[in-house]
Amino acid sequence: MKQFFYTLTTLTSHWRRRPGQFAALFVGLAVATALWSGVAALNDQARRSYDRAAGALGLGGSPSLVAASGGFFAQDAFIALRRAGWKVSPILEGTIRLGDKSYRLLGVEPLTLPKISSNKMPEGDDLNDFLGPPGRALIAPQTLRALGLTEGATPTISEADRLPPLAIARDLAPGMVVVDIGAAQRLLHRPGRLSRLLLAEEPTADAPTLESVIGETLRRVEADEAPELAKLTESFHLNLTAFGLLAYVVGLFIAHASFGLAFEQRLPIIRTLRAIGASLRALSLALVAELTLLALLAGAAGMAGGYLIAAALLPNMAASLEGLYGAELDGALGLAPSWWLSGIGMALIGAAIAAASGLVKTLRLPVLAIAQPFAWREAQRHWLYRQAALAVLALMGAAAALLFGEGMEAGFASMAGLLLGAALALPLPLAAMLRLGERRARGPLAKWFFADALQQLPGLSLALMALLLALSTNIGVGSMVEGFRRTFTQWLDERLVAEIYFEAASDKDAQRITAWLSHREDVAAVLPLCKAKTAIRSTPGSSWPVEIVGAPPHETFSAHFPLLEAHADAWNSIARGDSALISEQHARRLRLALGSTLEIPTPTGDWRVEIVGIYPDYGAAKGQLRVDHDALSSRWPDARRLDYMLRARSETAPEIMLALQAEFGAGVARIIDQAALKQRSTDIFERTFAVTAALDALTLVVSAIALFASLTTLAAARVPQLAPLWAAGVSRRSLALLELARVTLFAGATALVSVPLGLALAYDLVAIVNVRAFGWRLPFHIFPSQWLEVFALALLTAALAALLPIRRLARIAPASLLAVFANER
Amino acid sequence: MNAETPRALLLALALLSTAPARAAGFAGLGDEAQGFAEPQPGHTLVFPRDHGAHPEFRIEWWYLTANLTDETGKAYGAQWTLFRHARAPHGGEGWDSPQAFVAHAAVTTDALHLFAETRARGGVGQAGVTAAPFRAFIDNWSFSATEPNLSGGTISAIAPRFRYTLALTAEEPLALHGEAGFSRKSESGQASYYYSQPFFSVEGALAIDGAERKVKGRAWMDHEWSSRPLSADQKGWDWFSLHLDSGGELMLFRLRSDKTLPFLSGSFITADGATRMLTRDDIFLEPLEQGLVAGRLLPLRWRVRVASLHLDIETKPLNSQSFMGVGIGYFEGPISFAGAQSGVGYLEMTGY
Repeated sequence: MKQFFYTLTTLTSHWRRRPGQFAALFVGLAVATALWSGVAALNDQARRSYDRAAGALGLGGSPSLVAASGGFFAQDAFIALRRAGWKVSPILEGTIRLGDKSYRLLGVEPLTLPKISSNKMPEGDDLNDFLGPPGRALIAPQTLRALGLTEGATPTISEADRLPPLAIARDLAPGMVVVDIGAAQRLLHRPGRLSRLLLAEEPTADAPTLESVIGETLRRVEADEAPELAKLTESFHLNLTAFGLLAYVVGLFIAHASFGLAFEQRLPIIRTLRAIGASLRALSLALVAELTLLALLAGAAGMAGGYLIAAALLPNMAASLEGLYGAELDGALGLAPSWWLSGIGMALIGAAIAAASGLVKTLRLPVLAIAQPFAWREAQRHWLYRQAALAVLALMGAAAALLFGEGMEAGFASMAGLLLGAALALPLPLAAMLRLGERRARGPLAKWFFADALQQLPGLSLALMALLLALSTNIGVGSMVEGFRRTFTQWLDERLVAEIYFEAASDKDAQRITAWLSHREDVAAVLPLCKAKTAIRSTPGSSWPVEIVGAPPHETFSAHFPLLEAHADAWNSIARGDSALISEQHARRLRLALGSTLEIPTPTGDWRVEIVGIYPDYGAAKGQLRVDHDALSSRWPDARRLDYMLRARSETAPEIMLALQAEFGAGVARIIDQAALKQRSTDIFERTFAVTAALDALTLVVSAIALFASLTTLAAARVPQLAPLWAAGVSRRSLALLELARVTLFAGATALVSVPLGLALAYDLVAIVNVRAFGWRLPFHIFPSQWLEVFALALLTAALAALLPIRRLARIAPASLLAVFANER
Repeated sequence: MNAETPRALLLALALLSTAPARAAGFAGLGDEAQGFAEPQPGHTLVFPRDHGAHPEFRIEWWYLTANLTDETGKAYGAQWTLFRHARAPHGGEGWDSPQAFVAHAAVTTDALHLFAETRARGGVGQAGVTAAPFRAFIDNWSFSATEPNLSGGTISAIAPRFRYTLALTAEEPLALHGEAGFSRKSESGQASYYYSQPFFSVEGALAIDGAERKVKGRAWMDHEWSSRPLSADQKGWDWFSLHLDSGGELMLFRLRSDKTLPFLSGSFITADGATRMLTRDDIFLEPLEQGLVAGRLLPLRWRVRVASLHLDIETKPLNSQSFMGVGIGYFEGPISFAGAQSGVGYLEMTGY
């Protein structure tokens, strides 16, 4: 024990003498943990929110029956099935407006709910209160807070309707209001209608079949078939996770560099310790204890950092998830114990990875070996070969993932392989460049410059690899985001041509409003949209949910609506009622092309349409079809008919909006003009990529730290190599400038390599990951100005990182340089 | 309250509504009646009207217990119960109806006790009761008259592991408990309307885990309704329905109070259908042996004495684990008895 203690004290004394090295190691591990755990906290938070939304009352956990053609169905089906022994529970879902936000209204019947769900419902007296009259509207505490209301309030949701008294339900997802089925039918104006039947128990073997009870009006949806939020947002989170991992790897580079150096510099101490009798066991124990301690300390600091990062990014992420997917996140960051464990675990694993090679080397050290730093140059050739071999493996992995993999995971895997392979291969072109320089150089100083740079390459290469990763990610993500921004903006301009968009509170309101608008001379056109939901059968046994939008034939669409490809008279065929436009992502999913035909299940039977155009629908999570208004309307008696577009002269738009609101009040549920709608769409877009941009920037900062750590630790080791030059008459200032030149050269060369790598990355993101994740392909843009920025950024990063070591070199006491000779190493 | 209460109402209340925490008495049966109708002495029950539902009363149940044997002589028990519970005496239509239903079905053998529960809201057609012709249903379970005044009927239930369809016939008239159907449940005036058809003979089919057998035997039907059948201190009851081999029918119950002596009451119905009320001094109920059932200690064997009838018997359960493990669990199982008289019957125990 004593031996262990002294060994540990002796080993850790190293850090006291080299606080800079300790700082680098600590920061490396802490940063790796921080970025990883920050992303993990964000993902956890989102996942919990989805679970609550999907598992709101555990409804997602039960299989259900829905209308075969989508939409609502008569309550009689519920009664008929119950009377036939099917244990089903009725659900009616819809959207209500409270203040200026939409909420999901869920009507349930608590007596028949599946057990998993009824367990979460009020019981006893509370159940009586819930059933009413007047009933209760269950709401999550944070939603109640956000509304600025208290329990018992009965907020108005339209002119005539008020919610039953609000009551808190802790397990409920934010953004959701749960009422009794009867109240839901009243509030949503759907008397006797249902949207879903939950299957509480599987029917017994001798129960009559579904078809024999209710014909083919309902179809069964398995518990996990419904496209839930988690599925929709999967790509978003995979993105975040990829960034978290990248940052983690970059952080590990720093830690690895510092550990390697520390082990090397401690070889003399270790030899001495072994020589005076410290057992290998005590030594290994001490090293592992030191490592664990460091990992725990740095891990804890990292977790704190991760929390701050997550807290800072959460509002943006919440806003973009809500905008894109309608997923409402809990605003307050909640940290699960598993998060702490996984964070500390990642720190420990990271430390172990970073220290493994040093540890093994140290423990294998023969007691009597000469304890001096390895001759780098000697080992360099082997090292280069090994790097090259690993790089080839990584690149082959990338190619394999691309060729044989499916889904966006494969896209990400190929990206990871590409990045890793390129990073590992980086020393090869750098070494070649330096050898070339050495051969071409004239004069001893120039020759020494290249030779010395070549010798330093292994020590710096990890930091340079980190820089390469950061720079190319920067270029790749930058190209994608910028490309997306342009495409998106242009698309918004083309798509949003109407001056005013509004939504009526009810069918009756809609009729009153359109009648009123038809008398106004400043309104050029009122374009009604009707919407329905159904599921398109794809492969046998599976189907995809799709929204169908019906719009009237009008120049607003035929002249402006942006299409990727279309038949020449697409708009005329649509007006005939036998053709449809399909969104790009849905076309990909169903493998449909122009001219394909499609059977759309409707309440009035299947509807066969021809695909006459494919249009981009960026930002939409679900598939969409566009058809003629009247054609849709006649097939879906229950279609939603509340959305309208108004054409008017843009200068009269504000006046019309004011007049509408003054005339109809709450009868107009939502109204927005073109500019505001564009602004809102752009906001969602910006927020989505704010998270990406922040992580991108953080990764760059981490790589700067890596470079700084490597340079600082190298600087001390380099004094012996610089002393002879100084003795030969090269001034300290010149030496410092040469150092600066070398660092700049390395950084510049790395930046040059990062451009093609970044472009490959951007291509992978745009053409593979995005297509697989979102279903849309963006035009691939190139932004040379971005490359210049990145180049400048690389040089600046390198210069900043080199500043301190170089300043120290320029001011080094001549005595220190002389000491090299005095010590006669 | 008289014996009737015990059977259904605990379930009705517990399952449909009143929170035990706030409720008085067992399963809230001692709650205030709050605007609901209350049974009145001297009231005359009118049939077939009174076979149907009485929505102005808070709780009501239709209860059938059958002691059956198959062709090999193996004994079975079958239970079918529909509880009605109202949140308010008056109310709206459809989902706004204040009526709710819970139903329990069970089959018992010496080795098995299988039970099922289902629940429904009134007003939408998932469950309901009509008087003429009599029909009580919930989901695919039903009890309907095939003859006037419930002298014949069919009862069926289907659950994941069992199902039965039983044909019921009775020659004898209905038995009105208490004072012409007005049945007192406590010294302080709680009461219910309560009548029975104890004379049903049964024939039918019963399937357990897919294996169907023909069964026949005797069944006892109860129909009871009230708004506040228990006093606040009454915590549970022990209730017997006994088919005497001599042809008579006996119903006895004991309401246990945590403040006073138990309230005892009962009815003896002679083989030709004449009903006589039994009072507390006449009835002696004595637990002989306790056993662990569903984690609680319950009296399993009883000594039952009715002095005026010179009746002195000992009962034992067909299956000591005949426990209905529903929201608020209770014991409901077939028994047999021997002594001065022998026969079969059902025992219900609540509030343990």
